[in-house]
Amino acid sequence: MIIDGLSSLLIGFGNFQWSHGVMIVVGCALLYLGIKKDMEPLLLVPIGFGAILVNIPMSGLMDEGGLLRHFYEAGVMTEIFPCLIFIGIGAMTDFGPLLENPRILLLGGAGQFGIFLTLLLALALGFTQVEAVAIGIIGACDGPTSIYVTSKYAPHMLGAVSVAAYCYMSLVPIIQPPIMRALTSEEERKIVMKYEKKTVSPTLKVLFPIVVTLVTCLIAPMGTPLMGTLMLGNLLKESGVTDRLVKASQNEIANIVTLLLGISIGATMSGPVFLKTQTLIILGLGLVAISLDTAMGIFLAKIMKVLSGGKVNPLIGAAGISAFPMSARVVQMVGQKANKRNFLLMHAMGANTGGQIGSVLAAAVMLSLLKGMGIA
Amino acid sequence: MKNLEFGLTLTVLGMGGTMIILFLIGLVVDMLNKILQRVGKKAEARG
Repeated sequence: MIIDGLSSLLIGFGNFQWSHGVMIVVGCALLYLGIKKDMEPLLLVPIGFGAILVNIPMSGLMDEGGLLRHFYEAGVMTEIFPCLIFIGIGAMTDFGPLLENPRILLLGGAGQFGIFLTLLLALALGFTQVEAVAIGIIGACDGPTSIYVTSKYAPHMLGAVSVAAYCYMSLVPIIQPPIMRALTSEEERKIVMKYEKKTVSPTLKVLFPIVVTLVTCLIAPMGTPLMGTLMLGNLLKESGVTDRLVKASQNEIANIVTLLLGISIGATMSGPVFLKTQTLIILGLGLVAISLDTAMGIFLAKIMKVLSGGKVNPLIGAAGISAFPMSARVVQMVGQKANKRNFLLMHAMGANTGGQIGSVLAAAVMLSLLKGMGIA
Repeated sequence: MKNLEFGLTLTVLGMGGTMIILFLIGLVVDMLNKILQRVGKKAEARG
């Protein structure tokens, strides 16, 4: 009896595999990045701790009826968490700089090229069609969008895809500058873009989320849950009459969902499932996707530079991704290194908010195309 | 559907569709901006 009792206390050690140990170290590394390096701490801390919890053998957290399994099935598999996060993001985003110069929206489109080019690369490497879609979407540089698409088409890759998406988002200040410097000349980086503050009518700010929802969702209806929730959040903010809902979206809802989403994603990182060569390839392809996004954004900005007679600084193209506002800050920093009188921040902010819309839109178009192809 | 056909279809239609929709949104917003500015100026002129 005593021996039976004692052996039950050692059951965790008895079932401990090397892969559990490796993933506990990975979880600790994510905690280190979040806590010590301040990289997306709101997400990396719950993800890292979730990864540690799920790698404790016999904890049963992800077994049928387990605590984290409940969170995962109720929030991730049903796509509720990403959509609720989008309400919060919409309520926090000011599309003002974009509305001052709506043409800059196109940069937010160019910043999504990486999604499709990486998808082609993933197919060439032997991934199945739906897996390639999930890998490509890392290029959206947008956590909730990546989670939404991956949980729909390749839930077995959710851990790798979401970790890649969030880690690379937080590494934007390290990934982007070398690409920006390699693809632009010193002369181009020095181009000063004048910024004149234009007044944006409050009515336009209210109409914008409605227009975006109608235009995008009528053409690509499969993306309505994503675009609809993002724009709902923004409408709440701009309407000026739903203060309590805005505060709830920005704080309570966003915070609770971020916590549950983070821990649920961490829970998909069980050693025996996560530690595969495939995971390393996914992480590599994610890096390629974000690099290609940056490169294609810069190329479109170069075309704009030519068309505008040299008034556009190609660096702002790099901000056409969804990592907001890090990417805009990186553009400002690289621009100012080349020319101290250069203030690209507001232009880059416009491109960056365009990237937020662009990433959701690219996913929406892709989902609708897949539905049309009978893959849904 | 073969992988290459699948990938190229998604790339061309996906990227093309995204850019066209963004262009359309930009156009509508530009138009609304102009209309609202004109309305604002008229209202100011009326006092």
